[in-house]
Amino acid sequence: MLFSNRMINILIPIISVLLGLLSGAIIMFFFGYNPVEGYAALWNGAFGDSYFFGETIRQVTPYILSGLAVAFALRTGLLNIGVEGQVFVGWLASVWVGISFELPMVIHLPLAVLAAALAGAFWGFIPGILKAKLGVHEVIVTIMMNYIALYISNEMVRSVLTDGADRTPEIFPTASLASEWLASMTFYSRLHYGILIALFMAAVMWFVLNKTTTGFELRSVGFNQNASKYAGMNVSKNIVLAMVISGAFAGLAGAMEGLGTFGYMNVKSGFTNIGFDGIAVALLGANTALGVVLAAFLFGTLKIGALNMPTEAGVPTELVEIVIALIIFFVASSYIIRWVFLRFKKEGK
Amino acid sequence: MDYVIEMLNIRKEFPGIVANDNINLQVKKGEIHALLGENGAGKSTLMNVLFGLYQPEKGEIRVRGEKANITDPNVANGLGIGMVHQHFMLVDTFTVTENIVLGSEPKKMGRVNLKKAEQEVQELSERYGLNVDPRAKIRDISVGMQQRVEILKTLYRGAEILIFDEPTAVLTPQEIKELIQIMKSLVSEGKSIILITHKLKEIMEVCDRCTVIRKGQGIGTVDVAETNPTDLASLMVGREVSFSTEKKPAEPQETYLSIKDLRVKDVRGVEMVKGLNLDVKAGEIVGIAGVDGNGQSELIEAITGLRKTESGEIKLHDKALTNLTPRKVTQSGISHIPQDRHKFGLVLDFPIGENMVLQSYYDKPFSKNGVMNFKNIYKKANELIEEYDVRTPDAYTKARALSGGNQQKAIIGREVDRSPDLIIAAQPTRGLDVGAIEFIHQRLIEERDKGRAVLLLSFELEEIMNLSDRIAVMFDGQIVSEVKPEETNEQDLGLLMAGNTTVKAGGE
Ligand SMILES: Nc1ncnc2c1ncn2[C@@H]1O[C@H](COP(=O)(O)OP(=O)(O)OP(=O)(O)O)[C@@H](O)[C@H]1O
Ligand SMILES: [Mg+2]
Repeated sequence: MLFSNRMINILIPIISVLLGLLSGAIIMFFFGYNPVEGYAALWNGAFGDSYFFGETIRQVTPYILSGLAVAFALRTGLLNIGVEGQVFVGWLASVWVGISFELPMVIHLPLAVLAAALAGAFWGFIPGILKAKLGVHEVIVTIMMNYIALYISNEMVRSVLTDGADRTPEIFPTASLASEWLASMTFYSRLHYGILIALFMAAVMWFVLNKTTTGFELRSVGFNQNASKYAGMNVSKNIVLAMVISGAFAGLAGAMEGLGTFGYMNVKSGFTNIGFDGIAVALLGANTALGVVLAAFLFGTLKIGALNMPTEAGVPTELVEIVIALIIFFVASSYIIRWVFLRFKKEGK
Repeated sequence: MDYVIEMLNIRKEFPGIVANDNINLQVKKGEIHALLGENGAGKSTLMNVLFGLYQPEKGEIRVRGEKANITDPNVANGLGIGMVHQHFMLVDTFTVTENIVLGSEPKKMGRVNLKKAEQEVQELSERYGLNVDPRAKIRDISVGMQQRVEILKTLYRGAEILIFDEPTAVLTPQEIKELIQIMKSLVSEGKSIILITHKLKEIMEVCDRCTVIRKGQGIGTVDVAETNPTDLASLMVGREVSFSTEKKPAEPQETYLSIKDLRVKDVRGVEMVKGLNLDVKAGEIVGIAGVDGNGQSELIEAITGLRKTESGEIKLHDKALTNLTPRKVTQSGISHIPQDRHKFGLVLDFPIGENMVLQSYYDKPFSKNGVMNFKNIYKKANELIEEYDVRTPDAYTKARALSGGNQQKAIIGREVDRSPDLIIAAQPTRGLDVGAIEFIHQRLIEERDKGRAVLLLSFELEEIMNLSDRIAVMFDGQIVSEVKPEETNEQDLGLLMAGNTTVKAGGE
């Protein structure tokens, strides 16, 4: 056989990315920009010096976690579109704990991180319980929950955490993930310890899904609820649990912003897109832990590297957005590539 | 030559397995051609090749003498080949007509012309005696009717050659009779039929010729008029097969399962089990005979904890099972071979090995402190695969890729191996070949002899008669009479099942 299934699964995301980059190049060329210069600028913007590299890794961190959140839900048969909202409440909760009291770091920081995870988990629990008990589709509920999270967070920042200000005070250093050491190594980028949490959580997801009885149940319920019930599993409990865990991952992504990158929360006019990009990250990463880490790396690279394209190659930001969108498009439509592949496999022997 | 279909030297491989190896199949115009072979022999695969779902690695297909390159089902449709799959592909909420025209809608000024379609469906249905109401919704009609909709679908697309993949496995005896009539009227109109079935009686009754496949290899084609079921069976298995199962008389012991005044409602809230009483003792096989839809499924779901009971009592030994969760029911010593293996029996996207521990994964030695022990799981799985002759490349293959009969053998292995006090076997041999049926019956009798109680549900009277020590006839939600198999016959049983109480049990 020409290509094994495993190979196809690895090749498809790679081909999607290449196709995205290629069509991006064609568009740049069409509008009169030099694609080689454009991509060189992107590369330099992401890896050109240690500052850029630090920023790239910083951007990768929340992407890993939001990607894990989406992937975890998908592996258990649920489409969690609410990662965005869960990021918001996670961010808010972590900052709230961060500014409310000063405690020894060994207590304060874990507490703030935990608060974010719990807040995200709670935000996932609501659509989970509605699906399990009433059969309401999680996509509808999670979309609504995103808006609720956005407006509640804004209101909390304005009226509860501050007196009408647009941003909260800085969190106490005892709750901060920021690291003098990492920052100084990278020319004072905003790189923080969160990346370790993100990588650790990727390992946790792999372990839980593939190695534990809980993961066995979650996946079983995701594939076939009737057979799971027949086998004695509690279907409702597992649906709720899947959403809770997924939400916790998303909440942690929020903590990366609240405790790491920014150290505060501000009033937002719209979504951060960390959660929505998580969907693309999960798709590109084929819903596996390792895949998500790699895909998040690519997305972080594109996001940060693209900032350099207008200055170094004169490519306007709008065009950069189009190029990124194209890559996402090809990733999302990877089933088309899969289809072409399988046809090719049929014809050739 | 007057062959409508010729498949020559077909070879089809799957990872780790050659499903078809040098198979020849030649179908004459106007005949019903049987395709016979053990579970996993490669029958469905061969038909999927003919229907364009799989591409063969080697070999040639000729349709009406012309070489054909069937790259997908649309090409097959164009050549007049239609297939009725074992698992139907219908949209529940659509009407019969809508399902039939789906994908080839007749248009009038850009709009779907349902009136015209309805008329055509009606005409086709009358012509072949299908008796289908074109306006009925799929979810409101029986499985037998749904199958006819699938047949109409192929006819509507102009099929001249019809493939039936185990059509009778899901039908009741009455529906099977009607299907046979339909097939006869189809060939009398000049259509040709390829029929896959494990029931030799059906082959003898309707088929003209029969092609036998054994382990992926073509064994040959015989004229049905010149053969008999025994020869067919040994041709397909490669050894002698005994049809009636040998067994000693039962020695029933104390009562294991006892059901009193049980009432159960179905999904729609209609009472389906209406005050049922039944006992099953250790060391006996009790067969439930009945026409489908008389509350059998609800009864089993109530015992196994899959459905709430309204009132009444279910006890195993002296422990109440009423409204326990499925897990608790399993733990109290009940195994359940479910009627619908795809819906309940398997997680098709899990490896077959992991399906073998679907109810016991949380326990030692398959896991410890919540962490799975895959080494022990696959060790167990391989033992079961070996013992129950589940044909699969390995234990890591997804359950979905196994042939229907081998999926069933895997479930039976899993359920019997837990050595429960009570085995509930609902249609345990549906879709199995004669050799496998013999084996499974033997296993159930062995379990009985070990002192286990077995509750058998089957729509096949032959199986009920062969296997049961006691037959409980179920009608309209109740056990209306109990008979001994040696004191009755299929005729009387049929009357009892129809609710006729004037037949005296025991034949006095
Ligand atoms: N999609 C697939 N991928 C891998 N292996 C497959 C696939 N489909 C079938 N097989 C294998 O090919 C062999 C033949 O399967 P097939 O379904 O044709 O058997 P069958 O004769 O129809 O059996 P049954 O009577 O049990 O339905 C089996 O060993 C099965 O495991
Ligand atoms: Mg088959």
